[in-house]
Amino acid sequence: MTEYTAGGDPGAAKPAYLIRGVRVVGAAPTDLLLAGGVVAEVGRDLAARGARVVDGDGLVALPGLVDLHTHLREPGREDAETVESGSRAAALGGYTAVCAMANTSPVADTAGVVEQVWRLGREAGLVDVQPIGAVTVGLAGERLAELGAMADSAARVRIFSDDGHCVADPKLMRRALEYVKAFDGVIAQHAEEPRLTEGAQMHEGEVSTRLGLTGWPAVAEEAIIARDVLLAEHVGSRLHVCHLSTAGSVEVLRHAKKRGVRVTAEVTPHHLLLTDERAASYDPVFKVNPPLRTSADVSALREALVEGIIDIVATDHAPHALEDKECEWAYARPGMLGLETALSVLLDVLGERWDLIAERMSRTPARIAGLVEHGRNPAPGVPANLTLVDPAARRTVDPSEQASRSRNTPYAGLTLPGRIVATFLRGEPTVLDGKAVK
Amino acid sequence: MLKHLLSGADLDAATATLILDTAAEMATVAGREVKKLPALRGRTVVNLFYEDSTRTRISFEAAAKRLSADVINFSAKGSSVSKGESLKDTALTLQAMGADAVVIRHPASGAPHRLANWVEGSVLNAGDGTHEHPTQALLDAYTMRARLGRIAGLSVAVVGDVLHSRVARSNVLLLATLGAKVTLVGPPTLIPVDIGAALAPGTEVSYDLDAVLPTSDVVMMLRVQRERMADSYFPSAREYARRYGLDGPRMARLPDHAIVMHPGPMNRGMEIAPEVADSPRSTIVEQVANGVSVRMAVLYLLLGGMH
Amino acid sequence: MAYPQAAQPQPVSPPSVKVILTSAELARVVDRIAHQILEKTQGAAGTVLLGVPTRGAPLARRLAARINAFEGIAVPVGVLDITLYRDDLRRHAVRAIGPTQVPPEGIDGKRVILVDDVLFSGRTVRAALDALSDLGRPSSVQLAVLVDRGHRELPIRADYVGKNIPTALAESVKVTLAETDGTDEVKLIGGAA
Repeated sequence: MTEYTAGGDPGAAKPAYLIRGVRVVGAAPTDLLLAGGVVAEVGRDLAARGARVVDGDGLVALPGLVDLHTHLREPGREDAETVESGSRAAALGGYTAVCAMANTSPVADTAGVVEQVWRLGREAGLVDVQPIGAVTVGLAGERLAELGAMADSAARVRIFSDDGHCVADPKLMRRALEYVKAFDGVIAQHAEEPRLTEGAQMHEGEVSTRLGLTGWPAVAEEAIIARDVLLAEHVGSRLHVCHLSTAGSVEVLRHAKKRGVRVTAEVTPHHLLLTDERAASYDPVFKVNPPLRTSADVSALREALVEGIIDIVATDHAPHALEDKECEWAYARPGMLGLETALSVLLDVLGERWDLIAERMSRTPARIAGLVEHGRNPAPGVPANLTLVDPAARRTVDPSEQASRSRNTPYAGLTLPGRIVATFLRGEPTVLDGKAVK
Repeated sequence: MLKHLLSGADLDAATATLILDTAAEMATVAGREVKKLPALRGRTVVNLFYEDSTRTRISFEAAAKRLSADVINFSAKGSSVSKGESLKDTALTLQAMGADAVVIRHPASGAPHRLANWVEGSVLNAGDGTHEHPTQALLDAYTMRARLGRIAGLSVAVVGDVLHSRVARSNVLLLATLGAKVTLVGPPTLIPVDIGAALAPGTEVSYDLDAVLPTSDVVMMLRVQRERMADSYFPSAREYARRYGLDGPRMARLPDHAIVMHPGPMNRGMEIAPEVADSPRSTIVEQVANGVSVRMAVLYLLLGGMH
Repeated sequence: MAYPQAAQPQPVSPPSVKVILTSAELARVVDRIAHQILEKTQGAAGTVLLGVPTRGAPLARRLAARINAFEGIAVPVGVLDITLYRDDLRRHAVRAIGPTQVPPEGIDGKRVILVDDVLFSGRTVRAALDALSDLGRPSSVQLAVLVDRGHRELPIRADYVGKNIPTALAESVKVTLAETDGTDEVKLIGGAA
């Protein structure tokens, strides 16, 4: 990242924070001394040397989480979220970097818009906001946006996505995959065959039949992923699959990876925890795209995440204003909050498998996004982007307590394990004692 | 007793039977000099219709008025609703007006369920999207019982666009509860996935109308909209009528006692031939009359007592 | 038991039950009312008996049977369900409605005799009069009851009374009939033991 300014000799800088007795990625307790934006020392009983001491007893230090899929809504829907409010939600969730999706208004399909988002992120200063550029102009799926200009901009865009829409035209998808090879870009595909999901409201299956809601068949996702991995193989490009949601998609991906296709995939926390039965209340807080699937899909996604067929967890944090959710299911906008609850959901789903969590929520997403300062375990000389988790804490999710401007969390009332106690971005706290510092 | 009637699944056999028995008494009012009962005097029933359905609205209106309730018709056309007022804001308005019950017809599945969260009174689902229409199922069950003397053990064929039919869903649920055997018949494109598991185990599916007719006590023909052709559910109206329409020769395959039902409005010549619609087997006109009695029974049982 | 027992709350003594009419007495009372109806209506011409459920309905049929036995006259009998006309509908959980059966002759221009088991507040009769006026226009309406226990809350009185039973408000009068309960009996329940 260009904004990395720590530099110099970390040992010479004035120590800022000493974290005492913290378990780094679940290992035995140790102290971490943060200075000059990096981790200066790691070891037992380090001298404070004037640093502010943070009690890490019982806490686990993870590399700061990296979200490859966040909707910050700015510009355009600042009533639902802003770069600042979304950054704060991210920091409170343990994130130090988020990739902001392009479906804003105006769409992030020019260097100007991506630079604006990037600049707003720097001004907020709570997480690194890495803009994602649109693949096609206006997300319309008709012609390529100026991908190179976005790549060359101050925002240095490397991920391109029409998320919310599928790049359905196979020729356009092929061209996009090929074109971004020039600057090591990756196309993040929202896999949804549009003709198979016209009017779709929820997963097509037993529950949609009972509720009389138009079905979103699993094959609409699987068919696009199958096509895209073949295209990526054909042109030798990188493909990233957004919010994979079905057991069938896992099988397509498994096959592609076996063939050596350069494909990565993400799964959302909600697809790992919730099923389509939630729609029975007709409460649109459970409406999301792709939709919540069956318990068999949830099991397959969990296994694939552990196995590594699915590479990362991404939140698809999608804030929506109250009026877009307090309405009829069919009229509601799809999407759920995710940043502030993702780690808790993963602890609930995976248990305290800290290295796996660090791999899926920080190291691999940072690598896919090319965020070299992020996704590194705390060690001497590494940028001090990290988060401290209290695994023993349990909390009941209260929508009114979310830092996001929106309230559409699907976990309201659920009691989940884990609490973010502190988050550090380049050695400076963005969260302390579980509260955002600004 | 229930607070709301949102789905056929809200009714157990005892409650459904109570409604049908009550409806039978309500039916006698139609033949009286004063076609009115005082049971809901001072109660306010709002008909909240987001879709044009004159026949259903009139049926509920007649039912409520015969029970002496005050009726307010709130049509989405030409009201604040079409100016973009949300369902929730409309609900709060109705609440402020003291609605004891809201009868809602809405193009979005589940809208009545949402409304029930926002009003204190009872909510009656008068048809929501492609979901349910429980009072239609009750009046259909009433009609079957009146014509055939029972419901348990009947073989009922529901024919046509089951996928988009709220009438079919409510009927499958209620008829299973009352012990009838339901067979859904139509082209595979119009039979939703996992329908048996979704609604009532034991529900059968057939793509062959001619095979089902000889063992059916009741044939319920569903309205098939011609627009479905544009979406490739079937190739043409002619082919649909040939394979799944009920005409005179097909009707002759039915047992002598069997009846033919249709929730209306009919597409004559599409799913039902005129000679079938107008035959003595047809219960189409009775269904309309029974609708008022059944809706009176439901309104009374939801609103008549203390909650 | 040998153990000394700790002071325990006294068991609530069961309410006192006093038989007011035995089966035989009840039959005699019905006979008397049947005679009185014949007498007061000059042979029950143009008369219709309407029983108010639950127990008024079999009582009306018994009265008709006795009138037939005494004079060979067939008096039309029906049932008048008053549920939907009650003034306390909204104070209770919803009540199932019963059948209303008007004899084929109808009630227009007829002398209608309402039949019920117990006359108490008079509210049931008020409801019955309202129900009747929605069914047609009788030339006159009379009331026959098996028991009048007093405590009227409305200006209503019976034309035919089987037995007047002075009661306290805390007491209740329980009528059982063979048709509905298996036995014929009238009991006074409650009050001080």
